[in-house]
Amino acid sequence: MLWLFRFFTASIGRKFLMALTGLGFILFLGTHLAGNLLLYRGGNAFNAYAARLHAFGGLLMVFEFGLLVFALIHVLFGLWLFYENYRARPIGYRVRKSGPGQTWGSATMPYTGLLILAFVVYHLIRFHFADKTSVTIYEIVKNAFQSPLEIAIYMVAMAAVALHISHGFWSAFQTLGANHPKYMPLIRGLGLIFSVVVGIGFGFIPIYMTLV
Amino acid sequence: MKKSIHVTLKVWRQASGGDKGRFETYPLKDISTDMSFLEMLDVLNEALTHSGKEPIAFDHDCREGICGMCGAVVNGRPHGPEKGTTLCQLHMRHFSDGDVLVIEPWRSRAFPVIKDLVVDRGALDQIIIAGGYISVNTGSAPEANSIPVPQGAADKAMDAAACIGCGACVAACPNGSAMLFAAAKVSHLALLPQGRPEAARRAIRMVEKMDGLGFGNCSNITECEAECPKEISIAHIARLNREFFRAQLASDEK
Repeated sequence: MLWLFRFFTASIGRKFLMALTGLGFILFLGTHLAGNLLLYRGGNAFNAYAARLHAFGGLLMVFEFGLLVFALIHVLFGLWLFYENYRARPIGYRVRKSGPGQTWGSATMPYTGLLILAFVVYHLIRFHFADKTSVTIYEIVKNAFQSPLEIAIYMVAMAAVALHISHGFWSAFQTLGANHPKYMPLIRGLGLIFSVVVGIGFGFIPIYMTLV
Repeated sequence: MKKSIHVTLKVWRQASGGDKGRFETYPLKDISTDMSFLEMLDVLNEALTHSGKEPIAFDHDCREGICGMCGAVVNGRPHGPEKGTTLCQLHMRHFSDGDVLVIEPWRSRAFPVIKDLVVDRGALDQIIIAGGYISVNTGSAPEANSIPVPQGAADKAMDAAACIGCGACVAACPNGSAMLFAAAKVSHLALLPQGRPEAARRAIRMVEKMDGLGFGNCSNITECEAECPKEISIAHIARLNREFFRAQLASDEK
């Protein structure tokens, strides 16, 4: 099994894990957004969705455990790669001008990533692990977004998520070897669209909650 | 059209690998815009030599953009601001009168500075030694048409083979990764029937060697592709990834 260890510790093997877990989070964000859009249909629809989701019981626990494992891999391997990349240039350039290749998304991946990690911890404490014995999840969401600070935190985090996905989406395909002149422009376009949909889709929820 | 310009150079000077190094400023007058960047440095070096000072050490050989010896970072861009050129093929007509040009060596842990702008790119040779070749028995030359190569594959292999090993990809990469170099070499041979028998071993060994030399990891920022004087595509990096997966997960090679 030494070969498997070597694969997952090689630079490309670690990137493979980053891409695979990243695509997993993209799928998760898609379903999470679909669920959250029910907030626009009011408290009953959203609470009913939450109740049906939690009715899955054990299956939901398995998925949550899977997400936790994915998160651990994505964060730890990401930090490992980031540290090595940092070490690869001990003396930096006096003039650092990026060429036409770099984008805001690709230049900020480790930083948006860490910001998202901090937000996810806060988000889980605020909503997932909140005491729901006397209030419904809809009420928790509604109360949360009465505070301008919480709205600001949420919207900054969603901007970071959108920026992270704008590079992460196509980058995951490239890492997995899926680069072809016929469909690479399509993948890049889909990635940009998805990042905008996620950013706006989640980002407008707090504003909407202050209006209803 | 103005035929000559005045420029100010800020050049990285470092006497040896152990020296701390610093930037020195050199004002240059009446530089012909027909000069190449290296000819401009020649003019400066001649003046420095005549005044008893140490000339600036920089690598160069063919000055035709095909040998891969030259290269420095000019105002933050490897091989200067022009697309698809080496430093020797960059001409002073691309600069304006009064420009300040900051000239730095390739910066990478794997490329230690030997002197001034000269860095040791032996790390790239190490990657080649690890598997960037095909094994052929000696003897009379084989019949050229005995192994058919589709034109498309030959074209793609040639695109990858255009890599001159200058190291600009490493210098340009914010992560200091040598993936485009390794990818060009693996891809070049993987696309040709002559390269297939050793493809799995090559992909594993070259990546293993690259990882051990102090380069960073590729995060698909694509600065390498943008700065490569031979404009080698990151599609070759995707091919290296596929070759690596196939070698690790579906071959007998360990």
